[in-house]
Amino acid sequence: MSSRPAGRRARRLRPIPIAAATWLAVVGVLAVAAPGLAPEGPAAADAARALLPPGASSPLGTDFLGREIWVRLAWGARLTLAAGAAALALAVAVGLPVGLAAGGRGGWVDSVLMRIVDGFLAFPGLLLAMAVMAVLGTGMDSVAIAVGLTAAPAYARVARTIAREVRVQPYIDAARAIGCSPWRIAARHILPNAGPALVSFAGAQLGAILLMMGALNFLGLGAAPGSPEWGMMLADGRGYLRQAPWASVFPGLALTLTVLAANLLGDAWQ
Amino acid sequence: MAATYLFRRAVGAVFVLWLAATLAFLALKLTPGDPARALLAASGATSDEIAVRRAQLGLDDPLPVQYGRYLVELVRVDLGESWLHGRPVGQMIVEQLPSTVALAIAATAVAVVLGLLLGLPAALRQGTWVDTLTTSISVVCLSTPTYWSGLLAILVFSLYLPLFPSAGQGSPGHLVLPAGVLGFAMSGAIARVVRAQVVEVLRANYVVAARAKGLTPRRVLFVHVLRNALGPALAVTALQFGFMLSGAVVTESVFARSGLGKLVVQAIVWRDLPVVRGVMLVAALAFVLTSLAADLARGWLDPRLREGLQ
Repeated sequence: MSSRPAGRRARRLRPIPIAAATWLAVVGVLAVAAPGLAPEGPAAADAARALLPPGASSPLGTDFLGREIWVRLAWGARLTLAAGAAALALAVAVGLPVGLAAGGRGGWVDSVLMRIVDGFLAFPGLLLAMAVMAVLGTGMDSVAIAVGLTAAPAYARVARTIAREVRVQPYIDAARAIGCSPWRIAARHILPNAGPALVSFAGAQLGAILLMMGALNFLGLGAAPGSPEWGMMLADGRGYLRQAPWASVFPGLALTLTVLAANLLGDAWQ
Repeated sequence: MAATYLFRRAVGAVFVLWLAATLAFLALKLTPGDPARALLAASGATSDEIAVRRAQLGLDDPLPVQYGRYLVELVRVDLGESWLHGRPVGQMIVEQLPSTVALAIAATAVAVVLGLLLGLPAALRQGTWVDTLTTSISVVCLSTPTYWSGLLAILVFSLYLPLFPSAGQGSPGHLVLPAGVLGFAMSGAIARVVRAQVVEVLRANYVVAARAKGLTPRRVLFVHVLRNALGPALAVTALQFGFMLSGAVVTESVFARSGLGKLVVQAIVWRDLPVVRGVMLVAALAFVLTSLAADLARGWLDPRLREGLQ
């Protein structure tokens, strides 16, 4: 968007993507290391230590059952990141072939596929995900599937736009002229050249995916009761907002920072 | 021609609605379970009674017949009956609609004002600290879940400073926190589009020409820049209306407001699929109507679109 020289802009923006990547790395390390850091697990409760404020004995405080918030956040990072990655993979697996087929083939294939995509996009995202949940039933697996399917139409649209841009390049004409099949052109010529833009959009989608999964869990449609999913921790802490705000403020902060980091990285990549 | 433009847009809108209705029909048919059994489950009906009910509901008919009847019912604004309550879905939705619409309108107002306040200075002071600050704030708006900002708002403005009620509805005061929180979340996307559009228009030749003619900066901004930049921004605001309905579902839950959100969450927990389908269709209708209205407003603002010279 800016008319400034690219080098100057990149230099000005650099600290933000680094901070974002660092936060995502911290969450990732916590997720992987949770069993080692807190072997007692996210369910370990101690009624004598219920609703302790953050302090020396408990870095982020405890919830109404005396469970350590930081331990639950670390274990919850596993759930959040795994489900987010699964949903994103599903969105790409469904959206990418549709978008590439539509953009790569053009003509009636494009018209039919894109009209269907538009039909899906007419539903508000979260409501569409909730409708899928109504069909599949509640649970964390359903959340990942519902959110992944909901994100797929937008991904198909972007993949189509990118494929169309690549399709008009002379090297595609050249490939067609030497007799490559449409599938080979899509897989070997369009996909590699559209790659960076597709990855960038997937990154930007991750933020939206995490927000939507958190919302479904917050509404009680996702993870099993008592599990340390961040959205659900937030909902569980609601009843103790006055006595122990930390029980819902910290899970929300963790989720917001993670979404923010994903969005900032997506922006920086573009 | 304006009439052709209108007609084309209206046909497109009807087509998208038909597609959405068809998707909703298929989703319900794909779901395992017997609707007649679900309807009668609470009354302890025998299998004979369930079979009678199946026939009454037309569930034994071939799929195309059921589909045709469904479309006819939709045209007659009949959304079927709730499996859980046995009441017409349309009536249940109409009861909950005013509360959600009030929230959506108030939140849209907040979002548009906030979006302009963030987007305009960013574009007009592009590349300065003002741009960095307002652009950063809009990314934060985009990234903050309403279920978290809502709790923070309750914590600060209801518990620490008892200014507004934290739950329920009835007075204008009840609307302040939910609308503020939802509008805050929506303003990020609007600010981004406003910024991008204004930046683009500022570089256009006609703006350079207007400046060269010696028009005051204020006149250039209002007559030349905003008029051209706000059309696309308006379209995005309308697209955000769908997001607004999604957001309303969550916001209603945070602030314990009744509305479509509460209705649909309960319907999903109890797998009351006709209610889920009804709310989906109403949401799709709202989305299609708002984007149609936005397109017409854009055509009014920008004659080039009316003439099909996009």
